[in-house]
Amino acid sequence: MKKNLISINDLERSDIESFLSTASEVEKLTKRKASDILPGCILSTLFLEPSTRTRLSFEAAMQRLGGTTINLASEVSSVQKGENITDTGKVVAGYTDICVVRSPYEGTARMLTEKTKVPIINGGDGANQHPTQTLLDLFTIKKEFGSIDGLKIGMMGDLKYGRTVHSLAEALDNYSVEIRLISPDETKMPEHIVKEVGVEEETNKMKIKDLDVLYTTRIQKERFPDKQEYERVKDVFVLDEERVKEMKKDAILMHPLPRIDEIKPEVDKLPQARYFEQAKNGVPARMGIILELLGVEVNV
Amino acid sequence: MSDLKVSKISNGTVIDHISPGKGLVVMSLLGLDGSSKRTTSLLMNVESSKMERKDILKVEDRKLKEEEVMSVSVLAPEATVNIIDNQSVVEKKLVELPEKIEGVLECPNPHCVTNTDEPLDVSFEIIDKKPVMLKCGYCERKFTTQELDI
Repeated sequence: MKKNLISINDLERSDIESFLSTASEVEKLTKRKASDILPGCILSTLFLEPSTRTRLSFEAAMQRLGGTTINLASEVSSVQKGENITDTGKVVAGYTDICVVRSPYEGTARMLTEKTKVPIINGGDGANQHPTQTLLDLFTIKKEFGSIDGLKIGMMGDLKYGRTVHSLAEALDNYSVEIRLISPDETKMPEHIVKEVGVEEETNKMKIKDLDVLYTTRIQKERFPDKQEYERVKDVFVLDEERVKEMKKDAILMHPLPRIDEIKPEVDKLPQARYFEQAKNGVPARMGIILELLGVEVNV
Repeated sequence: MSDLKVSKISNGTVIDHISPGKGLVVMSLLGLDGSSKRTTSLLMNVESSKMERKDILKVEDRKLKEEEVMSVSVLAPEATVNIIDNQSVVEKKLVELPEKIEGVLECPNPHCVTNTDEPLDVSFEIIDKKPVMLKCGYCERKFTTQELDI
């Protein structure tokens, strides 16, 4: 049976660990060795909405493995001409060995798993899931600390609408970690997720000194019905040099990017700043995902 | 129990023991909007020894399929479905919440791919039975029966 990666909720801890360990193995290879793994293989990206990091890092990942990529640009696609996503997906996936799908419609990637014969990767479906982002987040944490268990992890900012923090919280439910949610009352994490994942603490104060990992996201102005309310809370959660210096020396600060003004540029030089490294980890993490789904083992 | 206000049907389906007031939504769920030309009778708030009051739905010349019986269970988990043939009950089914319901309900999430022109049926996983909670098999959103668009 073909493998797909659609939702973090489909994965058990052993599946997550398998993706992470393949990513870790492939990262140890020289560029030349890595490029010998998938020569002749083609990855397609079927993106029905714009993306920078996800698309580019998938392209880089496949090319690092020696394969090539073909891309369907949404603005000139047959979908614009009225073809449904199913037909477009069947055609595009049919040209290639593996296909990454991004769509504004929730459930698109899952639908295509039923309609195509090659592994499908969900590159983001509306407000629902973005599992490859979650796996690269976990990969970053594991790479830093060696293990995810036992860590004290804070999530901060827009916990209500941000799908990255929802998926990360759900994935962390597979591990023995302490989770602290830090947000204004207006952007608290939905109750059903809080109950599901077993959160230790919820606070509207920036309590970050004792954390091992601080995962922060942007508080988006458009989410606030009352703009004055937004003005009041937006600066409470801005990370500047002074605040980050209060964190543990070996703690790490993560962000899915793009950041706007929630992390001041002065923080970039601090030892805790890890968000650009995190983005860079998107390539080995996605190399691991491609190999796992194609059932290819890495021989170091 | 008082005398029946609607006579027995010869062929078709009788859904009994529907919670009082829920008969109309069960009708809507089964697409009984009058366009099928079948005779349909709905009795509401009928006295019942088992549940004080109940609704009863009688659909002539239509035998509910298995998946339709399952969908009824989401709205009326205590209902009984009687299949009638030649004025006799040939099959009596206690509705039971299945693990999955396919192709009957619609997903209320406007951003769900099932609400586009794609050729696919909605499937829901029953993730909780009391109260009933369903999860869309595509967009993964969770809904109570009140939130379902029926």
